[in-house]
Amino acid sequence: MGYLLTLVTFLPAAGALLVLLLPRRQEPATKRLALGTTLVTFAVSLPLYFRFDPTSADYQFVEQKAWIPSLGVGYHLGVDGISVLLVLLTTFLMPLVILSSWTSVESRWKEFAITMLLLEAGMIGVFVSLDLFLFYVFWEAMLIPMYLIIGIWGGHNRVYAAVKFVLYTLAGSLLMLVAILALYFQHGAATGVYTFDLPVLARYVLPGGRAQDLMFFAFALAFAIKVPMFPFHTWLPDAHVEAPTAGSVILAGVLLKMGTYGFLRFCLPLFPDASLTYAPWMFVLSVIGILYGAWVCTVQPDIKKLVAYSSVSHLGFVVLGLFTLTPQGLVGGLIQMVNHGLSTGALFLMVGMIYERRHTRLIADFGGLWKVVPAFSAVFLIVCLSSVGLPGLNGFVGEFLILLGAFQVDRLAAVLATSGIIFAAVYLLWMYQRVCFGEVTHEANRRLTDLSPREWAVLLPVLLFIVWIGVYPTTFTAMTEPSVQSLISQVQSKARATTAALMTR
Amino acid sequence: MNPALVLPAVDLRPLLPLLVLAVTAGLVLLLDLVPPRERKDHLGFVSALGVVGTLIVTYWMTFSVGGGELRGFRGMVVLDPYALFFNIVIGYATGIVLLLSMDYIRRERQEAGEFYALVLFSALGMMLMASAGDLIMVFLGLETMSIALYVLTGFFRSRIEAGEASMKYFLIGAFASGFFLYGIALIFGATGSTNLDRIGNAVAAGAGRDPMLVIGFGLLLVGFGFKISSVPFHMWAPDAYEGAPTSVAALIATGSKAAAFAALLRVLLTAVRGAPLDWPFLVWGLSVLTMTVGNVVALAQQNLKRMLAYSSIAHVGYMLVGVVAGGSLGSGSVLFYLLAYTFTTAGAFGVLLLLERDGREAVQLADYGGLAARHPLAALALSIFLLSLIGIPPTAGFVGKFYLFAAAVKSGYVWLAVIGVLNSAVAAYYYLRLIVFMYMREPEGAPTVLAPSLSGALALVVALWGVVQLGVMPGPLFDLAQAAVVPLLR
Repeated sequence: MGYLLTLVTFLPAAGALLVLLLPRRQEPATKRLALGTTLVTFAVSLPLYFRFDPTSADYQFVEQKAWIPSLGVGYHLGVDGISVLLVLLTTFLMPLVILSSWTSVESRWKEFAITMLLLEAGMIGVFVSLDLFLFYVFWEAMLIPMYLIIGIWGGHNRVYAAVKFVLYTLAGSLLMLVAILALYFQHGAATGVYTFDLPVLARYVLPGGRAQDLMFFAFALAFAIKVPMFPFHTWLPDAHVEAPTAGSVILAGVLLKMGTYGFLRFCLPLFPDASLTYAPWMFVLSVIGILYGAWVCTVQPDIKKLVAYSSVSHLGFVVLGLFTLTPQGLVGGLIQMVNHGLSTGALFLMVGMIYERRHTRLIADFGGLWKVVPAFSAVFLIVCLSSVGLPGLNGFVGEFLILLGAFQVDRLAAVLATSGIIFAAVYLLWMYQRVCFGEVTHEANRRLTDLSPREWAVLLPVLLFIVWIGVYPTTFTAMTEPSVQSLISQVQSKARATTAALMTR
Repeated sequence: MNPALVLPAVDLRPLLPLLVLAVTAGLVLLLDLVPPRERKDHLGFVSALGVVGTLIVTYWMTFSVGGGELRGFRGMVVLDPYALFFNIVIGYATGIVLLLSMDYIRRERQEAGEFYALVLFSALGMMLMASAGDLIMVFLGLETMSIALYVLTGFFRSRIEAGEASMKYFLIGAFASGFFLYGIALIFGATGSTNLDRIGNAVAAGAGRDPMLVIGFGLLLVGFGFKISSVPFHMWAPDAYEGAPTSVAALIATGSKAAAFAALLRVLLTAVRGAPLDWPFLVWGLSVLTMTVGNVVALAQQNLKRMLAYSSIAHVGYMLVGVVAGGSLGSGSVLFYLLAYTFTTAGAFGVLLLLERDGREAVQLADYGGLAARHPLAALALSIFLLSLIGIPPTAGFVGKFYLFAAAVKSGYVWLAVIGVLNSAVAAYYYLRLIVFMYMREPEGAPTVLAPSLSGALALVVALWGVVQLGVMPGPLFDLAQAAVVPLLR
C-alpha cells in the first residue's frame, strides 16, 4: 500500500469527475455516487488508523517524488500523530455531511456533489502535504469550493459572506506565500540546498531576529485568520450563518482546524524562537477569543450564530494549548480539534435539521421542543453537554488537558480560560433551556416530526465518538504523543541553538 | 576585367519561422481573390495551418539549434532560444486568435480575407521584435505589428467605438514610435551603433555616463511603456480593447505585449546592462504604479472588455516585478508568465466572444447573470480562466505568479513581492464578482446565448489545456524559459 495517501487524497477528486459525467437529471444517482465516494474514501482511510505505528514520531505512509526538480518542489506526502487524526476526522465527517444534505440541498445537486468532493480532496491534501509548495497549492485550491458552497447554496446574504470569506483568507495566505519564499531562499543560501521539503526545512535552525519574526508573523496571520483568532474572526459568523448546513459543518469541523494545524505543523517547528517569544501574545489573543466569543454567544438570538461564535471561543482553547508547548497542552489541543469538529459539527447538523422543519433559527421561535420531539431534544442535549465540556463526554478531555498545560506556563491565562468553560455552560444550557424546555409557545412547533432514520444515521456515529473520546481518550491520544514529544524537544533544542548562537556572537 | 558581382551569402535560416508566416499571409491574400468569394472560412483555416507550421518549425529549431544561436543579416536578426521561446508564445496567441475569429467575424458580418492576412502580418512583426538584434529591427518589427493592429482595431467599420478605438490607438502609438525613434537616434549618437551588442560594449567601455545615452534609454523605455501599456502610458488600452473586435483585443493583450516584452528585456539585458543607471529602481516604481492603478481601476468596471484591459495592465505590473528582480530566475519567470498569461487571457476573451445577448456581444457584467445554469461549460471555462488570472492553484496563473514573486524575494525585493501579493488579493475581488454573476445570480431579461463555433471551441480547448498543463506540470516549460535567458545574461 505504497500509495495509500495519494489514494485517499485523490479518490474524492476522481468521484467528482465521475459525477461530472452523469447527466444532470440523474439526481438520485448523483447523490448516491457522492455518498458512495465519501464512504469508500473513509473505508480506504481506515488503514491509516489500524496500520499507524503509535510508538513512532516519524512520518508514516510516506510518498516522495520529484515534481518541479529545478525548484526543489516535491510531491511529498506523509502523516504523523499530529495529522493522522485530522485526516480521519475529514473522511469521517464527509459522508455524514453528504447524507445530511440529502433533502436540504434543493437545487443543483450535481454541482454540489462536485464541489463537496473537490473540497474533500483539498482538505485531505492540506493535512498530508509535507512540501510547502504542495501544501500551499492545496491550501489555496480549497478556498474555491468553499466559496462556491457558501455563495451558491447559502442563505440570503450569501454572496457577501462568500466574498468576505475568500478575500480575508486570500489576503492572509498570500503573505504566507512570500514568507514561504523567504524561508526557501534563506535556507538555500545557508545550506546550498534549495527545497520546499518540510522535514528538511524543519531541521534547519533559522537565525533569530527580525527576519524570523516577520516570517512568523506572515505564517501566523494566515493561520490566525483561518482559526479564526480574535481580532481576525469577523468573517466567521457571516460565513457560518449564510453557509448551508453542509458548509457550516465542514467549515467548523475541518477548515478551521487548518489554522490550528498550521500553527502546529509550520509555525512551531520552523520558527521556534519567534514562537516562544510571541507565545505570551498568543495567550492574550486566545484568552480574549475565549471570553469574548463566549460573551457574544450569550446574547445571540440566532442559534446558528451562537454556535458560530462558540467556535471562536473553543478554538481559543486550542491555540492556548498549542502555545503552552507542554505535552499536555499540545495533546489537549489536538484532541480538542477533533472534539470541536465532532461537537460543533453535530450542533450545526442539528440546527440544520430543525431549520429544515421550521425555516427559522431564532431561539425565540422555539420552546418546549422536548414535549414534541423528545429524541431530537435528547441528542441535542448530549451534543450541547459535550460542547460545554461535561466530564464523561469528549469536550472535557481536551479542555482539561489544555488547562493543565496552560497552568504550568501562565496561571493567569489558565484561570481566565477556565472561566470560559463556565460561560460556555451559561450560553449553551441557557439556549437549550429556551429551545427545549417549558411550554410549547408556538403552534407551528406542535407539528414537528422527530428524527428520521436518515438523521439518526447521521448523528449516531458522531455520538459514538463523543462518548468514546470522553470515556477512553487513550485510543486517540496515544497516537499523538510520540509526535508531540518530538515536536516539543525539536522546538526547544532549536530555540536553544539560536540563543547560543546569539550569545557567542 | 570586370569584378564579378559577388552576392553576399544570405542565410535565411534565422528567418525561417517568420518566412512561414509571410508565405502564408501572401497565400491568404492570393486565395482571397479566387472563388469561393462569399465564404472565407477556408482562409482562416489556411492561416491557422500556417501558424501551426510556424510553431512546428519553432519547436524543431528549438531542438536543432540547442543552446546556440543563428545570426543573420550582420547581426540584425538573431534566432536564439530566447527568440524561439517568444515565437512559441506569439504562435499560440495568434493561433488561438485566428481560431476564435473564424466564426466571429462572419457572425458580425465583417468577413474579409484581409482580416486573416493582417493578423498574420502583425504576428510577423511580433516575431521580428523577438528576434531583433538591432534597434532598427526592433523598430521595424514594432511598426509592422502596430500598423496591422491599428487596422484590425478599427475593423468593424460600422461601429462608432471601432473608429474611436483605432484612432486613439493609432495616434498614441505613433506618438510612442516618435519617442522610440528619437531614443534610437540619441543612442546612435552616443555609441555610434544601433546594434545591441555593440551598444552594450560601448556602454561597458564607459559611454554609459554620456547624458545623451541616458536620455536615449529613457525615451526607449517610454516607447516600450506605451507598447506594454504600463502606467502612466496605459490610457489607450481600455478604449482600444473596448472598440476592437474581441479577438483582436485578445491579440493586443497577449501577442503584442509578449513582443514588446521580448524586445524590452533583450534591450535591458544586452545593451543597458552595465550602464551606471539605476534602472531596476525606475522599473520598481513603474511596476508598483502599474499593478496598483490597473487593479484599482478594474474594480470599477462594468464592461468586461474594459475590465480585462485594466486587468491586463495590472498583469504587466506583475511581469515588471520579474524584470526588476533580474537574473535567470527573474527574466525566466517573465517569459513563463507571458506564456501562462497568453493562454489565460486569450481564453477569457474567447469565452466573452462566443456569448451574445440581444444580437450584440455580451460584454456587460449584467449579461452574465445566471450563466452557469444556461451554459455550464462556458461558465466553467471562463471560471477556470478567471481563477488563473487571480492566481489560484493548480492553474498556470498561480505558478507564473509564484515564479515572479520567488524571483523578487530571491533578489531581495521582498516588499515588492508583498505589494504584488496584496494587489493579487485586491484583484481577486473583481474576478470573483464575475463568478458571482455566473454562479450565484439568477438570469434576468433576455437570455445570453452561446454562438455555436467549432473552431472557437477548439481555441478554448487549446487555452484550457495550456492553463492546466502549465499549472500542474510547469517544470519543463519553465526550464525552457530559464534556459532561453541564460545566454543573454552572460
